[in-house]
Amino acid sequence: MAQHKINYTQDGGLPVALTSIDKIVNWGRSNSLWALTYGLACCGIEMMASGASRFDFDRYGTIFRASPRQADVMIVAGTLTKKHAEFIKRLYDQMTEPRWVISMGSCANTGGMFNTYATVQGVDRIIPVDLYLPGCAPRPETLQYGVMLLQKKIRANKAGNAQKPKRLM
Amino acid sequence: MRAYTPKDNVQAKPYYTDRFYVAPQVPKQAVESDEVFAADLEAIKAKFEVSDAYIQVGQMVVYIHAKDNYGVLELLKDELQYTQLTEMSAIDWLAKENKFEIFYQMLSMNKRKRVRIKMFIENGQAVNSVEKLFRSADWSEREMFDMFGIEANGHPFMKRILMPYDWQGHPLLKTYPLQGDEFAAWYEVDKIYGKEARDIIGPELRDPARVDRYDSDRFARLGHEVPKGTVITGDEPKIEQSYQEEGGVFMIKKFDKESSVVIDDPQR
Repeated sequence: MAQHKINYTQDGGLPVALTSIDKIVNWGRSNSLWALTYGLACCGIEMMASGASRFDFDRYGTIFRASPRQADVMIVAGTLTKKHAEFIKRLYDQMTEPRWVISMGSCANTGGMFNTYATVQGVDRIIPVDLYLPGCAPRPETLQYGVMLLQKKIRANKAGNAQKPKRLM
Repeated sequence: MRAYTPKDNVQAKPYYTDRFYVAPQVPKQAVESDEVFAADLEAIKAKFEVSDAYIQVGQMVVYIHAKDNYGVLELLKDELQYTQLTEMSAIDWLAKENKFEIFYQMLSMNKRKRVRIKMFIENGQAVNSVEKLFRSADWSEREMFDMFGIEANGHPFMKRILMPYDWQGHPLLKTYPLQGDEFAAWYEVDKIYGKEARDIIGPELRDPARVDRYDSDRFARLGHEVPKGTVITGDEPKIEQSYQEEGGVFMIKKFDKESSVVIDDPQR
Protein backbone atom coordinates (compact mmCIF):
# COMPACT_ATOMS: atom_id res chain seq x y z
CA MET A 1 0.00 0.00 0.00
CA ALA A 2 1.30 3.36 -0.90
CA GLN A 3 1.55 5.29 2.31
CA HIS A 4 2.05 9.00 2.42
CA LYS A 5 3.53 10.96 5.17
CA ILE A 6 0.65 12.66 6.89
CA ASN A 7 0.85 15.37 9.37
CA TYR A 8 -1.94 14.45 11.66
CA THR A 9 -1.84 17.80 13.34
CA GLN A 10 -2.90 19.49 10.10
CA ASP A 11 -5.84 18.86 7.77
CA GLY A 12 -8.03 18.01 10.71
CA GLY A 13 -5.97 14.86 11.40
CA LEU A 14 -7.40 13.11 8.37
CA PRO A 15 -5.70 9.73 7.84
CA VAL A 16 -5.26 8.98 4.17
CA ALA A 17 -3.93 5.81 2.61
CA LEU A 18 -3.74 5.52 -1.15
CA THR A 19 -4.03 2.14 -2.77
CA SER A 20 -5.49 0.38 -5.78
CA ILE A 21 -8.64 -1.69 -5.94
CA ASP A 22 -6.64 -4.83 -6.64
CA LYS A 23 -4.49 -4.38 -3.62
CA ILE A 24 -7.23 -3.63 -1.17
CA VAL A 25 -9.38 -6.48 -2.44
CA ASN A 26 -6.47 -8.89 -2.30
CA TRP A 27 -5.52 -7.55 1.11
CA GLY A 28 -8.96 -8.49 2.32
CA ARG A 29 -9.05 -11.84 0.61
CA SER A 30 -5.60 -12.97 1.64
CA ASN A 31 -6.09 -12.00 5.26
CA SER A 32 -9.39 -13.77 5.73
CA LEU A 33 -8.74 -17.17 4.16
CA TRP A 34 -11.47 -19.27 5.66
CA ALA A 35 -10.56 -22.89 5.33
CA LEU A 36 -12.87 -25.82 4.84
CA THR A 37 -12.38 -28.40 7.57
CA TYR A 38 -11.18 -31.33 5.51
CA GLY A 39 -9.22 -33.75 7.66
CA LEU A 40 -9.22 -37.07 5.84
CA ALA A 41 -6.44 -38.84 7.73
CA CYS A 42 -3.49 -38.19 10.04
CA CYS A 43 -2.65 -34.92 8.26
CA GLY A 44 -5.94 -33.71 9.71
CA ILE A 45 -4.38 -33.92 13.16
CA GLU A 46 -1.58 -31.61 12.07
CA MET A 47 -4.15 -29.32 10.48
CA MET A 48 -6.07 -29.21 13.76
CA ALA A 49 -2.84 -28.49 15.60
CA SER A 50 -2.22 -25.61 13.22
CA GLY A 51 -5.60 -24.22 14.11
CA ALA A 52 -5.18 -24.63 17.85
CA SER A 53 -3.54 -22.27 20.30
CA ARG A 54 0.13 -23.21 19.89
CA PHE A 55 0.29 -22.43 16.19
CA ASP A 56 -2.87 -20.33 16.04
CA PHE A 57 -4.21 -19.91 12.54
CA ASP A 58 -6.51 -17.14 13.71
CA ARG A 59 -3.55 -14.79 13.50
CA TYR A 60 -3.64 -15.17 9.73
CA GLY A 61 -7.38 -14.74 9.59
CA THR A 62 -7.66 -18.42 8.74
CA ILE A 63 -10.69 -19.78 10.50
CA PHE A 64 -11.96 -23.29 9.85
CA ARG A 65 -15.50 -23.48 8.60
CA ALA A 66 -17.67 -26.55 8.52
CA SER A 67 -19.46 -25.53 5.33
CA PRO A 68 -17.94 -25.26 1.86
CA ARG A 69 -20.24 -22.33 1.15
CA GLN A 70 -18.41 -20.24 3.74
CA ALA A 71 -14.92 -21.38 2.82
CA ASP A 72 -12.29 -19.89 0.52
CA VAL A 73 -9.59 -22.52 0.71
CA MET A 74 -9.88 -26.27 0.86
CA ILE A 75 -7.01 -27.92 2.72
CA VAL A 76 -7.10 -31.54 1.61
CA ALA A 77 -5.40 -33.11 4.63
CA GLY A 78 -5.02 -36.82 4.15
CA THR A 79 -5.59 -39.85 1.98
CA LEU A 80 -8.28 -39.48 -0.63
CA THR A 81 -9.94 -42.80 -1.32
CA LYS A 82 -11.70 -43.54 -4.57
CA LYS A 83 -14.94 -43.94 -2.71
CA HIS A 84 -14.62 -40.41 -1.39
CA ALA A 85 -13.48 -38.81 -4.66
CA GLU A 86 -16.94 -37.81 -5.82
CA PHE A 87 -17.61 -36.02 -2.55
CA ILE A 88 -14.46 -33.91 -2.70
CA LYS A 89 -15.51 -32.82 -6.17
CA ARG A 90 -18.98 -31.98 -4.91
CA LEU A 91 -17.62 -29.97 -1.98
CA TYR A 92 -15.20 -28.16 -4.26
CA ASP A 93 -18.05 -27.22 -6.57
CA GLN A 94 -20.04 -25.90 -3.61
CA MET A 95 -17.30 -23.47 -2.64
CA THR A 96 -17.84 -19.95 -3.90
CA GLU A 97 -15.24 -18.34 -6.11
CA PRO A 98 -12.55 -17.26 -5.61
CA ARG A 99 -11.43 -20.57 -4.17
CA TRP A 100 -8.11 -22.23 -3.63
CA VAL A 101 -6.95 -25.73 -2.82
CA ILE A 102 -3.98 -26.78 -0.72
CA SER A 103 -2.97 -30.41 -1.08
CA MET A 104 -1.43 -31.33 2.25
CA GLY A 105 0.91 -34.29 2.62
CA SER A 106 2.18 -37.09 0.43
CA CYS A 107 -1.13 -38.94 0.19
CA ALA A 108 -3.01 -35.96 -1.17
CA ASN A 109 -0.13 -35.05 -3.47
CA THR A 110 0.58 -38.40 -5.11
CA GLY A 111 -1.24 -41.13 -3.22
CA GLY A 112 1.86 -41.47 -1.06
CA MET A 113 2.53 -44.86 0.42
CA PHE A 114 -0.92 -46.10 -0.59
CA ASN A 115 0.04 -47.43 -3.99
CA THR A 116 -3.13 -49.51 -4.03
CA TYR A 117 -6.41 -50.00 -5.84
CA ALA A 118 -8.50 -47.92 -3.45
CA THR A 119 -6.55 -44.65 -3.26
CA VAL A 120 -6.70 -41.72 -5.65
CA GLN A 121 -3.15 -41.18 -6.87
CA GLY A 122 -3.05 -37.46 -6.21
CA VAL A 123 -5.98 -35.20 -5.46
CA ASP A 124 -5.13 -33.16 -8.57
CA ARG A 125 -6.74 -35.90 -10.62
CA ILE A 126 -10.07 -34.64 -9.29
CA ILE A 127 -9.72 -30.93 -8.49
CA PRO A 128 -7.15 -28.28 -9.46
CA VAL A 129 -4.54 -27.68 -6.76
CA ASP A 130 -2.78 -24.41 -6.02
CA LEU A 131 -0.21 -25.56 -3.50
CA TYR A 132 1.36 -28.91 -2.68
CA LEU A 133 2.80 -29.39 0.79
CA PRO A 134 5.36 -32.18 1.09
CA GLY A 135 5.67 -34.30 4.19
CA CYS A 136 4.17 -37.30 5.92
CA ALA A 137 2.61 -35.64 7.74
CA PRO A 138 3.74 -32.02 7.25
CA ARG A 139 4.43 -30.16 10.46
CA PRO A 140 2.03 -27.36 11.38
CA GLU A 141 4.84 -24.96 10.47
CA THR A 142 4.70 -26.29 6.92
CA LEU A 143 1.00 -25.66 6.72
CA GLN A 144 1.46 -22.17 8.16
CA TYR A 145 4.14 -21.47 5.58
CA GLY A 146 1.87 -22.88 2.91
CA VAL A 147 -0.94 -20.55 3.91
CA MET A 148 1.51 -17.66 3.84
CA LEU A 149 2.63 -18.68 0.35
CA LEU A 150 -0.98 -18.83 -0.73
CA GLN A 151 -1.51 -15.34 0.67
CA LYS A 152 1.50 -14.21 -1.35
CA LYS A 153 0.03 -15.82 -4.44
CA ILE A 154 -3.30 -14.12 -3.91
CA ARG A 155 -1.67 -10.74 -3.41
CA ALA A 156 0.46 -11.13 -6.52
CA ASN A 157 -2.56 -11.60 -8.78
CA LYS A 158 -5.06 -9.07 -9.98
CA ALA A 159 -8.25 -9.18 -7.98
CA GLY A 160 -10.54 -9.03 -10.99
CA ASN A 161 -9.21 -12.02 -12.84
CA ALA A 162 -7.49 -13.65 -9.91
CA GLN A 163 -9.50 -16.74 -10.68
CA LYS A 164 -8.54 -17.67 -14.14
CA PRO A 165 -10.47 -20.79 -14.92
CA LYS A 166 -8.40 -23.44 -13.19
CA ARG A 167 -9.67 -26.64 -14.62
CA LEU A 168 -8.36 -30.07 -15.13
CA MET A 169 -10.14 -30.40 -18.41
CA MET B 1 -9.09 -59.27 -14.36
CA ARG B 2 -5.50 -60.51 -14.46
CA ALA B 3 -4.96 -64.27 -14.64
CA TYR B 4 -3.62 -65.71 -11.44
CA THR B 5 -0.09 -67.03 -11.50
CA PRO B 6 0.93 -68.93 -8.39
CA LYS B 7 3.50 -67.02 -6.41
CA ASP B 8 5.12 -69.49 -4.08
CA ASN B 9 6.62 -67.07 -1.67
CA VAL B 10 8.27 -64.99 -4.37
CA GLN B 11 8.40 -61.99 -2.13
CA ALA B 12 10.32 -63.72 0.60
CA LYS B 13 12.77 -65.65 -1.58
CA PRO B 14 15.30 -63.06 -2.74
CA TYR B 15 15.63 -61.50 0.68
CA TYR B 16 15.59 -64.20 3.26
CA THR B 17 16.15 -67.87 3.68
CA ASP B 18 15.93 -69.55 7.04
CA ARG B 19 19.27 -70.71 8.39
CA PHE B 20 17.74 -73.63 10.21
CA TYR B 21 14.91 -75.99 9.54
CA VAL B 22 11.60 -74.33 10.23
CA ALA B 23 8.56 -76.51 10.48
CA PRO B 24 6.07 -75.57 7.76
CA GLN B 25 3.23 -75.53 10.26
CA VAL B 26 2.74 -74.75 13.90
CA PRO B 27 2.72 -78.09 15.76
CA LYS B 28 -0.67 -79.58 16.56
CA GLN B 29 -1.74 -81.40 19.67
CA ALA B 30 -4.52 -83.91 20.05
CA VAL B 31 -7.77 -82.57 21.46
CA GLU B 32 -7.64 -85.17 24.24
CA SER B 33 -4.69 -83.30 25.79
CA ASP B 34 -7.08 -80.66 27.11
CA GLU B 35 -10.11 -81.89 29.01
CA VAL B 36 -12.24 -78.74 28.49
CA PHE B 37 -11.72 -78.89 24.76
CA ALA B 38 -12.25 -82.63 24.70
CA ALA B 39 -15.64 -82.21 26.37
CA ASP B 40 -16.58 -79.44 23.94
CA LEU B 41 -15.60 -81.54 20.97
CA GLU B 42 -17.66 -84.46 22.26
CA ALA B 43 -20.68 -82.16 22.51
CA ILE B 44 -20.19 -80.99 18.93
CA LYS B 45 -19.59 -84.51 17.64
CA ALA B 46 -22.78 -85.73 19.27
CA LYS B 47 -24.87 -83.54 16.97
CA PHE B 48 -22.74 -82.68 13.96
CA GLU B 49 -20.18 -84.27 11.72
CA VAL B 50 -16.62 -83.16 12.41
CA SER B 51 -14.02 -83.83 9.74
CA ASP B 52 -10.95 -82.80 11.71
CA ALA B 53 -10.08 -81.34 15.10
CA TYR B 54 -6.84 -80.45 16.86
CA ILE B 55 -5.30 -77.95 19.24
CA GLN B 56 -2.94 -75.36 17.91
CA VAL B 57 -1.31 -72.64 20.05
CA GLY B 58 -3.71 -73.43 22.87
CA GLN B 59 -6.82 -73.04 20.73
CA MET B 60 -9.04 -75.79 19.43
CA VAL B 61 -9.63 -75.88 15.68
CA VAL B 62 -12.67 -77.81 14.49
CA TYR B 63 -13.49 -78.51 10.85
CA ILE B 64 -17.18 -78.89 10.13
CA HIS B 65 -19.39 -79.07 7.07
CA ALA B 66 -20.56 -75.77 5.64
CA LYS B 67 -24.26 -76.59 6.04
CA ASP B 68 -23.85 -77.04 9.82
CA ASN B 69 -22.29 -73.67 10.61
CA TYR B 70 -25.39 -72.08 12.15
CA GLY B 71 -26.14 -75.16 14.26
CA VAL B 72 -22.58 -75.52 15.53
CA LEU B 73 -22.32 -71.86 16.48
CA GLU B 74 -25.72 -72.01 18.18
CA LEU B 75 -24.56 -75.02 20.17
CA LEU B 76 -21.34 -73.28 21.13
CA LYS B 77 -23.16 -70.15 22.18
CA ASP B 78 -26.12 -71.62 24.04
CA GLU B 79 -24.67 -74.72 25.63
CA LEU B 80 -20.89 -74.54 25.62
CA GLN B 81 -20.58 -70.94 26.88
CA TYR B 82 -18.69 -69.61 23.86
CA THR B 83 -20.61 -66.37 23.98
CA GLN B 84 -18.54 -64.19 21.69
CA LEU B 85 -17.76 -64.32 18.01
CA THR B 86 -14.58 -62.28 18.01
CA GLU B 87 -13.68 -62.64 14.37
CA MET B 88 -14.81 -64.28 11.18
CA SER B 89 -13.71 -64.08 7.60
CA ALA B 90 -12.62 -66.20 4.67
CA ILE B 91 -9.35 -67.39 3.16
CA ASP B 92 -8.84 -67.62 -0.59
CA TRP B 93 -7.65 -71.11 -1.55
CA LEU B 94 -9.00 -70.86 -5.10
CA ALA B 95 -5.64 -71.39 -6.77
CA LYS B 96 -4.87 -74.45 -4.68
CA GLU B 97 -8.15 -76.33 -4.52
CA ASN B 98 -10.83 -73.96 -5.88
CA LYS B 99 -12.28 -73.46 -2.40
CA PHE B 100 -12.78 -70.82 0.23
CA GLU B 101 -12.05 -71.54 3.86
CA ILE B 102 -14.37 -69.78 6.31
CA PHE B 103 -13.37 -69.43 9.93
CA TYR B 104 -15.28 -68.35 13.02
CA GLN B 105 -13.16 -67.41 16.03
CA MET B 106 -15.11 -67.98 19.27
CA LEU B 107 -14.28 -66.86 22.80
CA SER B 108 -15.61 -68.15 26.09
CA MET B 109 -15.09 -65.71 28.94
CA ASN B 110 -16.21 -68.27 31.50
CA LYS B 111 -13.93 -71.06 30.36
CA ARG B 112 -11.16 -68.70 29.23
CA LYS B 113 -10.84 -70.66 26.01
CA ARG B 114 -10.90 -69.91 22.32
CA VAL B 115 -12.25 -72.20 19.63
CA ARG B 116 -11.93 -71.77 15.88
CA ILE B 117 -14.62 -73.30 13.70
CA LYS B 118 -13.51 -73.83 10.12
CA MET B 119 -15.25 -75.03 7.01
CA PHE B 120 -14.67 -75.16 3.27
CA ILE B 121 -17.08 -73.93 0.61
CA GLU B 122 -16.92 -74.20 -3.14
CA ASN B 123 -16.30 -71.16 -5.30
CA GLY B 124 -19.63 -69.39 -5.77
CA GLN B 125 -21.36 -71.19 -2.91
CA ALA B 126 -23.15 -69.12 -0.26
CA VAL B 127 -22.97 -69.67 3.50
CA ASN B 128 -25.66 -69.49 6.15
CA SER B 129 -25.63 -66.19 7.97
CA VAL B 130 -24.93 -66.33 11.73
CA GLU B 131 -26.04 -62.74 12.18
CA LYS B 132 -29.08 -63.88 14.19
CA LEU B 133 -26.73 -65.43 16.75
CA PHE B 134 -23.99 -62.83 16.89
CA ARG B 135 -24.50 -59.19 15.98
CA SER B 136 -20.80 -58.90 15.25
CA ALA B 137 -21.33 -61.16 12.26
CA ASP B 138 -23.42 -58.44 10.64
CA TRP B 139 -20.48 -56.35 9.50
CA SER B 140 -18.09 -59.29 9.27
CA GLU B 141 -20.30 -61.05 6.76
CA ARG B 142 -20.74 -57.86 4.79
CA GLU B 143 -16.97 -57.47 4.74
CA MET B 144 -16.60 -61.08 3.64
CA PHE B 145 -19.00 -60.39 0.80
CA ASP B 146 -17.19 -57.18 -0.09
CA MET B 147 -13.73 -58.65 -0.07
CA PHE B 148 -14.35 -62.18 -1.37
CA GLY B 149 -17.79 -62.15 -2.96
CA ILE B 150 -19.12 -64.82 -0.59
CA GLU B 151 -22.77 -64.20 0.14
CA ALA B 152 -24.42 -65.02 3.46
CA ASN B 153 -27.97 -66.37 3.17
CA GLY B 154 -30.40 -64.74 5.58
CA HIS B 155 -28.32 -61.65 6.20
CA PRO B 156 -30.57 -58.59 6.63
CA PHE B 157 -28.44 -56.18 4.57
CA MET B 158 -26.14 -58.04 2.21
CA LYS B 159 -24.27 -55.11 0.69
CA ARG B 160 -20.69 -54.01 0.40
CA ILE B 161 -19.30 -52.43 3.55
CA LEU B 162 -15.99 -50.81 2.57
CA MET B 163 -15.88 -50.44 -1.17
CA PRO B 164 -18.43 -48.28 -3.03
CA TYR B 165 -21.68 -50.02 -3.97
CA ASP B 166 -20.94 -49.71 -7.67
CA TRP B 167 -17.47 -51.25 -7.36
CA GLN B 168 -16.58 -54.21 -9.52
CA GLY B 169 -14.44 -57.04 -8.22
CA HIS B 170 -13.54 -58.29 -4.77
CA PRO B 171 -10.22 -56.88 -3.60
CA LEU B 172 -9.05 -59.60 -1.19
CA LEU B 173 -9.16 -62.33 -3.81
CA LYS B 174 -5.65 -63.37 -4.69
CA THR B 175 -6.41 -62.79 -8.36
CA TYR B 176 -7.13 -59.12 -7.68
CA PRO B 177 -4.10 -56.96 -8.56
CA LEU B 178 -2.85 -54.75 -5.72
CA GLN B 179 -2.82 -51.61 -7.84
CA GLY B 180 -6.27 -52.31 -9.18
CA ASP B 181 -7.65 -53.58 -12.44
CA GLU B 182 -8.85 -51.47 -15.36
CA PHE B 183 -12.09 -50.60 -13.58
CA ALA B 184 -10.34 -49.54 -10.37
CA ALA B 185 -7.71 -47.47 -12.17
CA TRP B 186 -10.32 -45.28 -13.84
CA TYR B 187 -13.06 -45.46 -11.22
CA GLU B 188 -12.98 -41.87 -9.96
CA VAL B 189 -12.41 -40.38 -13.42
CA ASP B 190 -15.24 -42.38 -14.98
CA LYS B 191 -17.62 -41.60 -12.17
CA ILE B 192 -17.01 -37.86 -11.91
CA TYR B 193 -16.03 -36.74 -15.39
CA GLY B 194 -17.09 -39.62 -17.59
CA LYS B 195 -15.08 -41.96 -19.75
CA GLU B 196 -14.26 -39.28 -22.32
CA ALA B 197 -12.08 -37.53 -19.71
CA ARG B 198 -9.65 -40.42 -19.56
CA ASP B 199 -7.50 -39.01 -22.36
CA ILE B 200 -7.30 -35.58 -20.75
CA ILE B 201 -6.59 -36.64 -17.19
CA GLY B 202 -4.32 -39.49 -18.17
CA PRO B 203 -3.38 -42.71 -16.45
CA GLU B 204 -2.36 -42.86 -12.82
CA LEU B 205 1.30 -42.24 -12.08
CA ARG B 206 2.17 -45.20 -9.91
CA ASP B 207 5.83 -44.34 -9.28
CA PRO B 208 6.01 -41.27 -7.03
CA ALA B 209 9.82 -41.59 -6.92
CA ARG B 210 10.10 -41.09 -10.66
CA VAL B 211 12.64 -38.45 -11.70
CA ASP B 212 12.61 -37.14 -15.24
CA ARG B 213 16.20 -36.26 -16.08
CA TYR B 214 15.25 -33.88 -18.89
CA ASP B 215 12.51 -32.01 -17.05
CA SER B 216 14.30 -29.11 -15.38
CA ASP B 217 11.03 -27.43 -14.37
CA ARG B 218 10.02 -29.94 -11.76
CA PHE B 219 13.19 -31.88 -10.94
CA ALA B 220 16.58 -30.83 -9.68
CA ARG B 221 19.46 -32.92 -10.92
CA LEU B 222 22.44 -34.26 -9.12
CA GLY B 223 25.87 -33.62 -10.52
CA HIS B 224 24.84 -31.31 -13.33
CA GLU B 225 22.62 -28.56 -12.05
CA VAL B 226 20.94 -26.26 -14.54
CA PRO B 227 18.68 -23.26 -13.95
CA LYS B 228 14.96 -23.95 -13.73
CA GLY B 229 13.27 -24.20 -17.07
CA THR B 230 16.42 -24.85 -19.11
CA VAL B 231 15.89 -26.98 -22.16
CA ILE B 232 18.18 -29.96 -21.85
CA THR B 233 19.11 -31.63 -25.06
CA GLY B 234 20.93 -34.52 -23.59
CA ASP B 235 24.48 -33.63 -24.68
CA GLU B 236 25.48 -31.73 -21.55
CA PRO B 237 29.03 -32.22 -20.31
CA LYS B 238 29.67 -35.16 -18.06
CA ILE B 239 30.46 -34.26 -14.51
CA GLU B 240 31.86 -36.73 -12.07
CA GLN B 241 29.39 -37.45 -9.28
CA SER B 242 30.83 -37.70 -5.82
CA TYR B 243 29.21 -37.59 -2.45
CA GLN B 244 32.58 -37.50 -0.64
CA GLU B 245 34.29 -34.14 -0.51
CA GLU B 246 37.94 -34.14 -1.47
CA GLY B 247 39.93 -34.13 1.75
CA GLY B 248 36.76 -34.09 3.80
CA VAL B 249 35.82 -36.26 6.69
CA PHE B 250 35.28 -39.81 5.49
CA MET B 251 31.55 -40.34 5.66
CA ILE B 252 30.33 -42.35 2.70
CA LYS B 253 32.14 -44.73 0.41
CA LYS B 254 32.86 -43.00 -2.83
CA PHE B 255 30.09 -43.44 -5.34
CA ASP B 256 31.35 -45.51 -8.22
CA LYS B 257 29.22 -44.70 -11.19
CA GLU B 258 30.55 -47.65 -13.17
CA SER B 259 29.27 -50.17 -10.67
CA SER B 260 25.86 -48.56 -10.26
CA VAL B 261 22.70 -49.95 -11.79
CA VAL B 262 20.15 -47.82 -13.58
CA ILE B 263 16.60 -49.02 -13.05
CA ASP B 264 14.57 -48.24 -16.13
CA ASP B 265 11.48 -50.23 -15.37
CA PRO B 266 9.29 -48.14 -13.04
CA GLN B 267 7.39 -51.25 -11.97
CA ARG B 268 10.59 -53.27 -11.33
